[in-house]
Amino acid sequence: MKAAAYLKTHPNILRIGAVVVFFIAWEFFGRDVNPLFLSYPTAIGRAFMAITQTGELQRAFMASMVPFAIGLAISIVGGMIIGVATAHLWWLDQISEPFLSALYAIPRVALVPLIILWAGLETTGKVAILVSIAIFPVIINTYAGIKDVRGAMLDIGRVYCATPSQIFWKITLPASMPYVLAGIRLSVGLAIIGMVVAEFFTAITGLGGLIVFFANSFATAKLFVPIIVIGLLGIVTSEAISMLERYLLAWRDSEKRRN
Amino acid sequence: MFIEIRKLTKKFQIDRKSRDSAAAVLTVLEDIDLEIRQGEFVSLLGASGCGKTTLLRIVSGLLAADGGTVEVGGKRVTRPRPDLSMVFQNFGLLPWRSVLDNVAFPLEIDGQSKEARYTVARPLLKLVGLDQFERHYPHELSGGMQQRVGIARALTRNPSVLLMDEPFAALDAQTREVLQSDLLRIWNETKCTVLFVTHSIDEALLLSDRIVVFKSNPGRVHAIVAPPFAGVRTTADVRMHASFGATHAELRQMI
Repeated sequence: MKAAAYLKTHPNILRIGAVVVFFIAWEFFGRDVNPLFLSYPTAIGRAFMAITQTGELQRAFMASMVPFAIGLAISIVGGMIIGVATAHLWWLDQISEPFLSALYAIPRVALVPLIILWAGLETTGKVAILVSIAIFPVIINTYAGIKDVRGAMLDIGRVYCATPSQIFWKITLPASMPYVLAGIRLSVGLAIIGMVVAEFFTAITGLGGLIVFFANSFATAKLFVPIIVIGLLGIVTSEAISMLERYLLAWRDSEKRRN
Repeated sequence: MFIEIRKLTKKFQIDRKSRDSAAAVLTVLEDIDLEIRQGEFVSLLGASGCGKTTLLRIVSGLLAADGGTVEVGGKRVTRPRPDLSMVFQNFGLLPWRSVLDNVAFPLEIDGQSKEARYTVARPLLKLVGLDQFERHYPHELSGGMQQRVGIARALTRNPSVLLMDEPFAALDAQTREVLQSDLLRIWNETKCTVLFVTHSIDEALLLSDRIVVFKSNPGRVHAIVAPPFAGVRTTADVRMHASFGATHAELRQMI
């Protein structure tokens, strides 16, 4: 019983232990499986070294990261601008609503061939696909965040004679920041999906392109490398958003600590 | 008179569908006439829903009247003005700003430099006894401390009128008493005119030169009472005064 209590208060022991056991079992049993269907950790490590030495992985990584960064930036900035504009202008809200609803209702993957037709297979096409997938949570959350700012909050600005733009920058925007950041967090996850989807369809460059290429040539050990890199990218970007939240929402953290 | 309220009327639409019928319109304030001297402390006392907060919001310029006028210092109030300041019931602090930046907020709106803002804000924090807490966020403070921040912020532009909307209603009894006596001290130091909304007879008696008693449906002035102990209340406990009980009972009858 004592051991159980100790493990409960030290959660990292069980977590790390489970991962270590998983890799040892994978290494041990993975060698018995036909390498066409499954690889094992040391083979994947060798494959990683091989495609790093040729520069293949680095080129694919950069080919993915450039459209990823551009598309994510457009999704965040553009999504916030559209969210702010529709939340403030009632007529724009009415006009854009049917179009945004229709776009949101169609699975964006269904639009990918059409977007490729318009924007091509290169960076522009990848960025367009990525934005079509990643921009919506930012729009929706920014809109909801601004609509949720209470009248009493705005009265503070009005009673001290703030101009509408001062009220926006000093009250509305900071007050809706928790919503906006939650939208950005969703958007980053979708942007990675969008990046891989775009590269599957265009299938020429990038980490998604590597996955398709290695799968088609039955290089299963190498196939695992871009998958793992994409997973790591997800962890790193998620951590970056968490840091941004801790910095921008420090006032809420202190609220949590108090309760 | 410094504040002149003439024939003030305010109606709210309560049923949007039947725009024309009389039942769809609620008259919140009807023909309010009120005059307040400079430096006077006047309470608006009444049950909830009698329109006293609505009157305060119209005086502040946050709300437009449907009829009648409000003048402060000889000028019509049609929108919020820098010489009118407001203390809110739920403190009205911006939770992402430190205590110091909350107090300095009105001066930031005026476009003053950080240095100039803090030079004004720091002594005000000292005045309300919070100079040790300028880097804290509002959530880290108790309710009483938050409202002290609200009062300090309301004083940053050195306003001529302080409008207070049930500022101590959300506080516990002990904290409320401390803040009430602090408010009297601050009022004595700053000499500003105070219009104070409350539903507590005790509070109105403790603080006011005059008490305006409201009746509801429609909201109107029922009586104006000047407590007989107005001169001594900053130095002595008015509850010990001989006529406290009688005045209290008289007000209770009215509301």
